[in-house]
Amino acid sequence: MKLSRRTFIKANAVAATAVAAGISLPEAEALAKEGDQDIRWDKAPCRFCGTGCSVLIGTKDGRVVATQGDPDAPVNRGLNCIKGYFLSKIMYGRDRLKTPLLRKKNGTYDKEGEFTPVSWDEALDTMAAKFKEAIKKKGPTSVGMFGSGQWTVFEGYAASKLFKGGLRSNNLDPNARHCMASAVAAFIRTFGSDEPMGCYDDLEHADGFVLWGANMSEMHPILWSRLTDRRLTAPHVKVAVLSTFENRSFELADLGIIFKPQTDLVILNYIANYIIENGAVNTDFVGKHVRFKKGNTDIGYGLRPEDERQKKAVNASKAGGNVDISFAEYKKFVADYTLDKAHEMTGVAKEQLLDLAKMYADPKRRIVSYWTMGFNQHSRGTWANHLVYNIHLLTGKISEPGNGPFSLTGQPSACGTAREVGTFAHRLPADLVVKKEAHRDFTEKIWKLPKGTIPAKPGYHAVLQNRMLKDGKLNAYWVMCNNNVQAAPNLNVETLPGYRNPENFIVVSDPYPTVTAMAADLILPTAMWVEKEGAYGNAERRSQFWRQQVDAPGEAKTDLWQMLEFAKRLKVEEVWPEELIAQKPEYRGKTLYDILYANGQVNKYPKQKIVDGAGNEYRSAEMDHFGFYLHKGLYEEYRIFGLEGPKKGHELGTFDDYHRSRGLRWPVVDGKETLWRYREGYDPHVAKGSEVQFYGNKDNRAKIFALPYEPPAESPDIEYNLWLCTGRVLEHWHSGSMTQRVPELYRAVPHAVLFMHPDDAKERGLRRGMSVKIASRRGEVTASVETRGRNKMPKGMVFLPWFDARRLANKLILDATCPISKETDFKKCAVKVERA
Amino acid sequence: MKWLILRRTSQLMVLGFFLLGPLGDIWWISGSLSGSLILKVLPLTDPLVFLQTIFAGHPPADMALAGALIVISFYLLVGGRVFCSWVCPVNIIADCAAWLRDKIGIRGVLFFSNSSRYWLLAMVCGLALAFQAAVWEMINPVTIFSRGIIFGLTGAVVVGATLFFFDLLLGKRGWCQICPTGAFYSLLGHLSPLKVIASGREQCDQCLACYKVCPEPQVLHEPLQEKEASPVILSGQCTNCGRCIDVCPQSVFTFGSRFSK
Amino acid sequence: MSGVGDKVKGIKETSRRQFLADGAKAACGAALLGIGAGFGASQAGASSQVFLRPPGAGLDSDFLASCLRCGQCVRACPYDTLNLAGLFSSTATGTPYYQPRKVACEMCEDLPCIKACPSGALDPGLTDVTKARMGLAVLIDQETCLNYLGLRCGVCYRACPQIDKALTLDTQHNKRSGKHTLFLPKIHSEHCTGCGKCEQSCVLETSAIKVLPRALAKGELGHHYRLGWEEKAKKGESLIPEVLDLPDRMPEFTPPFLPEVKP
Repeated sequence: MKLSRRTFIKANAVAATAVAAGISLPEAEALAKEGDQDIRWDKAPCRFCGTGCSVLIGTKDGRVVATQGDPDAPVNRGLNCIKGYFLSKIMYGRDRLKTPLLRKKNGTYDKEGEFTPVSWDEALDTMAAKFKEAIKKKGPTSVGMFGSGQWTVFEGYAASKLFKGGLRSNNLDPNARHCMASAVAAFIRTFGSDEPMGCYDDLEHADGFVLWGANMSEMHPILWSRLTDRRLTAPHVKVAVLSTFENRSFELADLGIIFKPQTDLVILNYIANYIIENGAVNTDFVGKHVRFKKGNTDIGYGLRPEDERQKKAVNASKAGGNVDISFAEYKKFVADYTLDKAHEMTGVAKEQLLDLAKMYADPKRRIVSYWTMGFNQHSRGTWANHLVYNIHLLTGKISEPGNGPFSLTGQPSACGTAREVGTFAHRLPADLVVKKEAHRDFTEKIWKLPKGTIPAKPGYHAVLQNRMLKDGKLNAYWVMCNNNVQAAPNLNVETLPGYRNPENFIVVSDPYPTVTAMAADLILPTAMWVEKEGAYGNAERRSQFWRQQVDAPGEAKTDLWQMLEFAKRLKVEEVWPEELIAQKPEYRGKTLYDILYANGQVNKYPKQKIVDGAGNEYRSAEMDHFGFYLHKGLYEEYRIFGLEGPKKGHELGTFDDYHRSRGLRWPVVDGKETLWRYREGYDPHVAKGSEVQFYGNKDNRAKIFALPYEPPAESPDIEYNLWLCTGRVLEHWHSGSMTQRVPELYRAVPHAVLFMHPDDAKERGLRRGMSVKIASRRGEVTASVETRGRNKMPKGMVFLPWFDARRLANKLILDATCPISKETDFKKCAVKVERA
Repeated sequence: MKWLILRRTSQLMVLGFFLLGPLGDIWWISGSLSGSLILKVLPLTDPLVFLQTIFAGHPPADMALAGALIVISFYLLVGGRVFCSWVCPVNIIADCAAWLRDKIGIRGVLFFSNSSRYWLLAMVCGLALAFQAAVWEMINPVTIFSRGIIFGLTGAVVVGATLFFFDLLLGKRGWCQICPTGAFYSLLGHLSPLKVIASGREQCDQCLACYKVCPEPQVLHEPLQEKEASPVILSGQCTNCGRCIDVCPQSVFTFGSRFSK
Repeated sequence: MSGVGDKVKGIKETSRRQFLADGAKAACGAALLGIGAGFGASQAGASSQVFLRPPGAGLDSDFLASCLRCGQCVRACPYDTLNLAGLFSSTATGTPYYQPRKVACEMCEDLPCIKACPSGALDPGLTDVTKARMGLAVLIDQETCLNYLGLRCGVCYRACPQIDKALTLDTQHNKRSGKHTLFLPKIHSEHCTGCGKCEQSCVLETSAIKVLPRALAKGELGHHYRLGWEEKAKKGESLIPEVLDLPDRMPEFTPPFLPEVKP
């Protein structure tokens, strides 16, 4: 045993050396305090989660040498979590990519070749040729892009234009698909408009908080600090935490509930039933502002169509289908979910279920429900989101201070870029969708494109993109600002085969040689965070801007530069059919760059001096290169969607206002932010005297959906006898490509370990610290067992963080998605654990 | 040269076995000369270190006691100071220093009486008793040197060099003259059956080659020169190194039992 | 002539040898002195360095009496936490120690170091690693501790193998920010083993939390005093039952401004 443990450590040491190669020397330490007076300070949002903490960036001699929490920022008041504390180090890992790398053999591109440094011209020319070749052979659906909720607003918008408007492919999806697509789908279906109605101020107003599958303590540390403060300073406040295992948020829980995986659906319906049975329905609210729907059931698991589970599902192709029902029918529907049944199915004590239901039912208690991946990464994720809205709608506890459902986001601009700009395969900016002709027409008008340029059919979503790569239907593919080989489910079966499919050409833009970059054919070195001008939108609809603070190292270029330079290499005749060009003969002979970016709108703002309030001057690498203020042009064009688009309530402030402010929460109307949407007095779009208007829907009513419990796609059986859940830890962010390169964070949590109940370990002859093999039907990884520490697992369930590139946890995950939102269920699949 | 080569091989092999673990991940033996476990079964304990812990008031543990008894039994059998000449890595230094000393003709500066090592041994035990700690082990160059080699500690170099220059400049085999570990094994040597015998002393032509190489030349005199005395080198101070056998042109010496005539 | 010359040469030879020998004597003495001085210096400089012993080592005075300096525990340690003290180490040479800032003790449930110890210097009676007492963690610098500053660090807390027992977070309102919480690490000596995971993982340049030998870290309450509330909790009731408590004289109607005091 001792030997195996020792060899395990040796193996780790070897792997660690690889990572260590990327670990930066603590050069930032050289920022001696006596030099402080020469440091230039400017604001920027934190690069990590969706909380949107504001920091001040200290630059000196072209380097970020220090950061501090912005003491006046409303979100964080000068505080940071431990990742934010190390922001100044994330850009200076020793293995920053500084030159384009193309796989080559004997001087020419070869899929099986070695990565060879090439010039940007060669890189982009090769890439353009591959994209054109694919379009010529198989049409525009053979090209695609996988983007990010870490993209700036400008980047997301430029990408949307490039793919949907330029290359005429809707195969553009962000990694936010893995993150909050379920929240998106349900927000749109229920309220007709995406994103939460409330804001972080709810934290200081609520009398109760319910966390549904959100470990805020670790994943949203600064918000958790605010929530804890509310609990601390107002003793009547109650906190309920629901999860499938005991995580750090249980520290504060007055009511800590561990339920069997997937049975949150039962608890939610039980609460609705309790509210109705006990006369706690806000009948006035429901009568005026709500209507009822019944959704299709037996909708499958978003698996490949040939999968048995998919074939068996009656409504696999009509997952979103629904019919109108009455309140009486809804009442009857949830009447099934009695306390006894709920207790039996969930394994939760009856008193706990009752306590929770009473919290929601108490008319005097203002309640905010928070959730993240526990709800969203769920094979019935959209349903789970609906069911929590149901509770808030039944009780009318919504759209006012301290009351409302609030989906937290994991990425800094999941809201700002992925959702508001609409970089999903089915979306366009400001809540528009490609399916609706009016929305396409409006978009084409703003973009000055001929009618019919944007395809009506939604493109491939994240999981489908990997399947299509593998099947050879998606052939030219650009991955930007994410690490999807590590993040996506079922790596061995679905992801890698597609990346290495000889028919395909894969481009990855990244600052670091991530697992994804190493799986590509062309790696483009990329500027990150404050090496470019940017804008992020956080979870409370707050858009925050920053200026370019430093230059990117070496030959690294910004995402915007890459996209625009790529567009310069695409002639309209090479990518559009003749009938489309015929509508706009003036575009003949032009490049996509001319049509999309040098269109008189985006290039409207000439070169100018960028100056902050203190008179410091800033560069814009793109402005210097392209000769106009690209960011401002892109933003002001994008802003038209919110001001004039068919969906109301998306007004944004001006470019210059954002640069001057610490972020503004949209809709920004008449120089004012909006804190609570849909409520008279708070939201400028709600008509006087109507109290509440869910104006995203034409009838101004929100929808309550009757949706049942359905089992998960895969459950433990005799062989694969444990539930596996993957997720994050406070110290590392997502795939660890940045935080694992900060030596202190690496030391704090160097490896991902498998959290396991001590009895489960004992039954398998395992001891803490032993190296084990965790195997699912899709692959295996090795990690050491942890039976103590931050997560306390119930029997039958294990948790493995996925930040560690040496053990790609998500390869074990089944690529089952919520059939409506197409978001993968990373929180439950069946595995076995044995000694390695 | 035969015995010298065998001896060097033995000394290096002992160290080699200890180093197999850390260098080759082959753990036939772990620990150091102070205490070790062979093949995860057989414990060995340096009896002098063990003795110190007893004097320091620590009740003997089974494992350590067993290890000490095994070591004591072994050296009782093959000759107490066989440790010094066949195992102890300091011996290599002492031999080198002695050789160089003769080569460049340095004469002795310090001479130690034969009994000094026993006084030192008594002192070691007394220290442990007085301070209730294994005080000698804080400076014991024998254990520090061997442990230093096995565990890769820089102390080995310092101690090794000090011993070398001590022996080279201050006294021929100066350290070995006073070493309490050697003293302890000398006591065992008084009883051990395996001995060097000057069985062919009639052929001795007084060339003194054996005196030159012998680390403890005083043990030779009686068996070799005094015809009434037994030809067996009975002194516990003899290390059974076999150098006299190697160098004697007349093949006077052989290994044999102390009871042989 | 030549004879005289030889003689002179001979004398020179001898005196040169004598000179060499004398010099050697001095050099050797100096070397010994130097080593001694080095020893002293390393002892003197030791004050800022803390060495922790493996689980089950007990008091250092006992440990130095019983440890064979064989290094078997060091070899048995699967995480290479344990080291052997070198010659110039400020702790006794050849004895095992670890410095948690470098590598902390992983608290193996099977205690391989104790099993490897032949002499009983590491107490074979210790079979539950959570009962090991290698030292005691002390949050030595509250001024730089990020949690005390209001940041959400807590790395030490989550690294603690005895989380929520040996190390807890006390919550306090952050008056400066007005809406955040200070999560203050608090160490509980009845559970802290001194493994040092907290010290190792602290993200500061110099750790704000450190493990010290228990004798150095732990205060001792006066033997004459008991904590009344704890004694009461232990007994489940007041230690002096049936005490007379007369009602307070009050006006007939309690004025509204008199606060109601609950027992």
